[in-house]
Amino acid sequence: MSLQETKPMTGRVEEVGGRVSLADYETGGGYAGARRALREMSPEEVIELVRESDLKGRGGAGFPTGMKWSFAKDEPPTPGSKYLVCNADEMEPGTFKDRYLLEYNPHLLIEGMIIGAYAIQADRAYVFLRGEYHEPYKHLTQAIQDAHRKGYLGSSIFSTGYSLDLRVHLSGGRYICGEETALLNALEGKRAQPRSKPPYPPASGAWGRPTIVNNVETFCNVPSILRNGAQWYKNLGVTEDAGTKLYGVSGRVNKPGLWELPMGTPIREIIDIHAQGMREGYQLRGVLPGGASTDFLVEEHFDLPMDYKTIQSAGSRMGTGTMILMDDSICPVDMCRNLEHFFAQESCGFCTPCREGIPWVEELLTEIESGNGKEGDLEILDQQAAYIGGPGNTFCLHAPGAMEPLQSALKYFREDFVEHIRTGKCPYRKGRD
Amino acid sequence: MSETSLVPALSPEEISEIEDEISHLPDRESAAIDALMIIQRHRGWVSDESLRAAAELLQMSSAELDSIATFYNLIYRQPVGRHVVMVCDSVSCYVMDADKLAGEVQERFGVKFGQTTPDNRFTLLPIVCLGACDRAPAIMIDKDLHGPVTAAELEAIFAEYK
Repeated sequence: MSLQETKPMTGRVEEVGGRVSLADYETGGGYAGARRALREMSPEEVIELVRESDLKGRGGAGFPTGMKWSFAKDEPPTPGSKYLVCNADEMEPGTFKDRYLLEYNPHLLIEGMIIGAYAIQADRAYVFLRGEYHEPYKHLTQAIQDAHRKGYLGSSIFSTGYSLDLRVHLSGGRYICGEETALLNALEGKRAQPRSKPPYPPASGAWGRPTIVNNVETFCNVPSILRNGAQWYKNLGVTEDAGTKLYGVSGRVNKPGLWELPMGTPIREIIDIHAQGMREGYQLRGVLPGGASTDFLVEEHFDLPMDYKTIQSAGSRMGTGTMILMDDSICPVDMCRNLEHFFAQESCGFCTPCREGIPWVEELLTEIESGNGKEGDLEILDQQAAYIGGPGNTFCLHAPGAMEPLQSALKYFREDFVEHIRTGKCPYRKGRD
Repeated sequence: MSETSLVPALSPEEISEIEDEISHLPDRESAAIDALMIIQRHRGWVSDESLRAAAELLQMSSAELDSIATFYNLIYRQPVGRHVVMVCDSVSCYVMDADKLAGEVQERFGVKFGQTTPDNRFTLLPIVCLGACDRAPAIMIDKDLHGPVTAAELEAIFAEYK
């Protein structure tokens, strides 16, 4: 099998040995999927094929992509555009997979978006790109220009009569823009506050019109499904979930990085083989499997396969699939303080439990870490984690996400919290100062 | 008045770039963030004068446009130095001693996060995850990503930014 058949997203990058230009992309069979979709298939057939492939959203929630697309109906048809939006606001701490795709294989994203836009019959598409992604911006905008020149974007793509205007919106910042309804408000030029749901974006999204929002990696899976079929795609995974996944590892390993592997590759294999294990002198204690807003996993979970269902039944989420490692030199209380500082700062401030609750939690963690914790503090943290974590007490999942690492740290590393309060100091500080 | 009043609040280039964004959107107000980013790209920050002129161009109130400008951390409503230094303080960099690096950067310049050096060369800011976790701890200077950065390398890195 060729590299592209085992690694549909990054195989061509490996073959070329760097950034994939339009010429490189086409020599490797690029745009054949979009051509096939637009010339030979109806929009409904494209949606059906993606549904059959069992592709799930790679942004963190894992929602079935084909099903999402099928919701973007506008019946009876009303005047106005439908929109397709790519969420390239990669800001989940610990996540660096979309940056790679945008920089090295931007035509793969563009092709995936052409197919998606055709499937839902959108005539306008946007890539919502985070503001600090200057390199990705450069390569993506160049790729869009090149695709335009070839007639793969703009009017009557592949001479089929189907037209698509694709634009890049460079974000002004803020993590909350990654929440899809906050993202739509930002795209409309407003403050990025999440919207109350329902209605969901497929019914009423950008400018009140049917809108589909998918992650960069999700779109990047689509062209190969069109080329090689749903069954081929399903067979790529080694467990129940289909396809390949960009897994990443950051922390004190010998080789932090990113690898496209079969969906369901075990955690330990990713860390020990691909990231080449922990650096000498450090022991692995905990893993945030898919970004800052996922629950810690510990030793007993490390042999589990990284797929949606398994990680969920272990009490966490696969999230973005880029894991953050906590080694034995890191104080779990202080790591939670760092995480909650992020979530407190990035709250949009609309819902009270999130705006007021997370800063309070951060303050309590700061007190405990500095040796000023009191009897009863842990019970308050337990209570707040349950209340702020809801879900259902806030408009969006920012606050529940913020509580995921904390509630699991309180469970798995409770003795560390207790010792801080009992001894009035942080046992890890000696090593750090 | 300050010297900024001597230059027009919006240049013809800025206006034409903003109008181009508007032409791809269903209404003028939707270009609010694009307009602010365009102004900042030309001037380094968004002054009150520019903000008012942009609001007029977008046909919205300046108060509303300011509420948008102040929501987004990458839109600067006060002047910044010639170079903006962003030090990642999110979790992947944190586990790689980013706190220590942040302390060293501030010490090196003698200013704290949110401040600009007296020679107007650098503004220091903390930043959330830069999506370079495999290169932690990471910093971004203007449009350039650096990482992993050690304290020993700081001097050589900063020397490239005059």
